[in-house]
Amino acid sequence: MIQQERMKVVRQKQIADDIFELTLIGQLTLEMKEPGQFVHIRVEDHYEPSLRRPISIAEIDHDAMQFKMIYRAGGKGTKILSTKKAGDEVDVLGPLGNGFPIEEAAPGDTALLVGGGIGVPPLYELSKRLNERGVKTIHVLGFQSAANVFYEQQFQALGDTYIVTADGTQGTKGFVTDLLAEVKPEFDVFYSCGPLPMLSALEKFYPEKKGFLSFEERMGCGIGACYACICDTTDGDYKKVCSDGPVFPKGVVAL
Amino acid sequence: MSNRLNIELPGLSLKNPIMPASGCFGFGQEYAQLYDLSKLGAIMIKATTLETRRGNPTPRVAETSAGMLNAIGLQNPGLEHVLEHELPWLEKYDVPIIANVAGTETEDYVEVAKRISQAPNVHALELNISCPNVKCGGIQFGTDPQTAKELTAAVKAVSSVPVYVKLSPNVTSVVDIAKAVEAGGADGITMINTLVGMRLHEKTGKPVIANGTGGLSGPAVKPVAIRMVYEVSQAVNIPIIGMGGVADAQDVIDFLSAGASAVAVGTANFVDHFVCPNIIEQLPAKLDELGYAHISEVIGRSHR
Repeated sequence: MIQQERMKVVRQKQIADDIFELTLIGQLTLEMKEPGQFVHIRVEDHYEPSLRRPISIAEIDHDAMQFKMIYRAGGKGTKILSTKKAGDEVDVLGPLGNGFPIEEAAPGDTALLVGGGIGVPPLYELSKRLNERGVKTIHVLGFQSAANVFYEQQFQALGDTYIVTADGTQGTKGFVTDLLAEVKPEFDVFYSCGPLPMLSALEKFYPEKKGFLSFEERMGCGIGACYACICDTTDGDYKKVCSDGPVFPKGVVAL
Repeated sequence: MSNRLNIELPGLSLKNPIMPASGCFGFGQEYAQLYDLSKLGAIMIKATTLETRRGNPTPRVAETSAGMLNAIGLQNPGLEHVLEHELPWLEKYDVPIIANVAGTETEDYVEVAKRISQAPNVHALELNISCPNVKCGGIQFGTDPQTAKELTAAVKAVSSVPVYVKLSPNVTSVVDIAKAVEAGGADGITMINTLVGMRLHEKTGKPVIANGTGGLSGPAVKPVAIRMVYEVSQAVNIPIIGMGGVADAQDVIDFLSAGASAVAVGTANFVDHFVCPNIIEQLPAKLDELGYAHISEVIGRSHR
């Protein structure tokens, strides 16, 4: 169930250039079910900035009632969020949206997880769940530059992990598809989150494979009421990214 | 405890004067996951047109100082779907529905008004002559007094329930439009719709919203809305449902003081998803603080 709670900051840590890892504690964590869902964060109690920020959930710890989110402090709202310290409160609405279906990978299967930039975080909880289920995971993580890379060791601990940077300062130079063409990983299903061009390239790269893509769009309410985050679908209809998604099976959204 | 918040308006017995504004609450289903919709005074559902509308390209929203711009473009599933699915679904709640009616021509306003006003839970219509985000149908009916009057009369003639007309702030004299719709037979006025605005992208210099312009809402517009309610309430003899930047109980008191008889909450629903029930809960304490026994005593006190 969707809840709104003032959650307490346990830890705030900068883990790469402009990239922060924020750990929050509270009851709302217990409502988080699927990897790939997101929370809608209000960074101030007044209206400057006025809107909430949708941020994906990176790791869920039900026992400790804590969850982690990893975000880029790129705009006004996320910069304010990055100044919150242990003990501060953050207004959280969530969990929102539909996450990645882990049941689409059977125990013994191999799943390919492809993330781009700030699309990498939700893949971490996904990978943990898949591994718990006995699914082997391969991770391909794309970043702008070496300074932006995060969670390489954490993913490495869960399965083979390849880093791609646009400028070649770490790992393979280029796009994630460049690396996939070179490595040719064997897998049964793929899951991805990242910028639209990456999702689009990936869908074309694996026309025969089963895949699930997580989308990003400018949001208002985050629960499906305002019709801000509409995307066109391949059957000529539309979907709301916030409440119908953000994860859709490959082929649903018109790319 | 006696109800200190109930308000009687044409077609509407409100248990309290708080309702979500049209376009900010869908058809209620999303917010029903969060709280009991029966707590609300009324619900203004999303604008309904005769045909299905897909709305504008994205991005459709942009944040601004203490507010936001939107250009959704009246996306809605169309009259048939609303009559068959959305309104029946809302029947389980003890809350009157105000149906926002939009169109392109007088004929389709009339058709939607006639049929939607017959739904059992629709207690009033809100005639949308003020949407700034569609090329035709909407604001052009709301910027000329004669056109506004004629459309109001045409809808009034076919509606089974009282008709409120939603006014645009994007006019030279909102009082002239208000008087015109009153002359056309409007039972009430709702105001204000959004103010036309634009935000440019910091790097490209181009409009952020795909539509170019969008409607400004949120706390930033409240002083404009208060001023307009203040002026119109002195110029007409029909009740006003005030809106524009309402985010807390004090904002509600301000709109009532300016002359509104009830208040709608819009953009704040996106930010503080429980804002409507929270305001309803806080209003009695606010009345105590001000020394009033009933909320109706606050209405129009700025003019006394």
